[in-house]
Amino acid sequence: MSSKRKKQGGEHLQRVIDMCKSIEERSLDPFNVDVDDIIAVVQKYFPEWELPEELCLDAEAIHHLASIIKLQGDWVKHRSTSLYTDPFLLEEKIRRLSKEELATLFLEAWHPIIELEQISLHSLAEATKYWQDLLPLSERWLKTGSLEMETGATTREELVKLRILAEKTFLEELEVFWEELKHRVGREEKIRYWDFIGADNYSETTKRAYMASFLVTYGYATLELHPLEEEIFIKPFEKPKSMLGKKQTVSIPVSVSYEEWVRWKGGKPN
Amino acid sequence: MKRKAYYARKIKRAAHLLFYRRHRNPGVKGWELRRRLGSDYPKVIKILDDHLEKLDLTVKTVFEGEKPAGEPTLEQLDKARFYTTLRGGLAPKETKMMGWRIDDIAGLATAISYIIAKKGKAPREEVEELLRNKLPGWRVDINMNRYIRYGYLAEDENKQLYLDWRTRAEIDQKALVDLLLSKEKTLNGYA
Repeated sequence: MSSKRKKQGGEHLQRVIDMCKSIEERSLDPFNVDVDDIIAVVQKYFPEWELPEELCLDAEAIHHLASIIKLQGDWVKHRSTSLYTDPFLLEEKIRRLSKEELATLFLEAWHPIIELEQISLHSLAEATKYWQDLLPLSERWLKTGSLEMETGATTREELVKLRILAEKTFLEELEVFWEELKHRVGREEKIRYWDFIGADNYSETTKRAYMASFLVTYGYATLELHPLEEEIFIKPFEKPKSMLGKKQTVSIPVSVSYEEWVRWKGGKPN
Repeated sequence: MKRKAYYARKIKRAAHLLFYRRHRNPGVKGWELRRRLGSDYPKVIKILDDHLEKLDLTVKTVFEGEKPAGEPTLEQLDKARFYTTLRGGLAPKETKMMGWRIDDIAGLATAISYIIAKKGKAPREEVEELLRNKLPGWRVDINMNRYIRYGYLAEDENKQLYLDWRTRAEIDQKALVDLLLSKEKTLNGYA
């Protein structure tokens, strides 16, 4: 089959699909579609389709055609029921009747649902209790009034004092920590992880471990694992490296338990 | 005597379940009634319906999908939804008490009957166009949204309108179409 003919066939099927879709979506008369004609078109091109996308287009056309046949079936079924009415006849009737006439005849066929939304005895008791506990409006307003304060400006120092702002921003703190790591490493390339994060008390150790995790995550340092010796080293970079999107990153869980801290502290030369 | 007391108790419970709204939408599912009233709930509902007749009320059963041709099975009843509705019709003056203007009712009648004629599905723009013949343009959109909000109509992403749960529960669709078709034009109606 020439590519020109294939292209023509594809366009033909696409037109069939679009027509079926518009009938399905816009509730048009499904009998506008000549099913036999479309089946003949689909049959004509089917033996020539080779590529998966060509076969998919063919399947889609058949699928939409099946929907149209279903709509035609529904139409015949509806026509045979007592509810069938010629829409044009009904539309004409609606247009010609006045609002009053329409409303009056609708009321004969309308049987509204009866429903109650009423408070129960239990809810009533709850509501009474709430009402009794409720302060008079004058007192509540008084309470709200006393909360009014004069507005004024605050300084950064005051916010730091109130612990709303940290004294240093986190990044500033992290960079100081990075400088410390570089200083501790000195001429060596790396330092034992526990020797770097370990502090005189456990709480400070966990804080340092927390900061060290950010040094690694933000590309200020990296971890080196020696599984056989069960040793972990931390190695600072000269410049921060952004690993995001460049390399697949891995998470390394490092346990900083109290027992391990005691063990580290015990083995540390004084 | 015992049997009478048994049913009297069940009828009271059924009335409470049906009258008070317990979920977002009114009505009670059949399986819910079975759980609360026991497996003979269809009989309890039938007796309650007889009692309600004196008050011009009825228990309406709305089945999932089409109404079964013969006697419904227990499974169909379990899946159905039960409502209490008016048995007869409303007088025009009574609609004011319900907060409905004559415009709103005429618009609802138009929208529902047009969708029925279109086999239960019609484009919103077509229905709105029809409503514009009777209602001021600015009211059309407001009213359509109100019908959708109340559950009379539903709209899909393609702006197609369908009949929703409240229409199925409250409106005798066949009677509405028959009334419309049998209505002869009066001189007054040409205004």
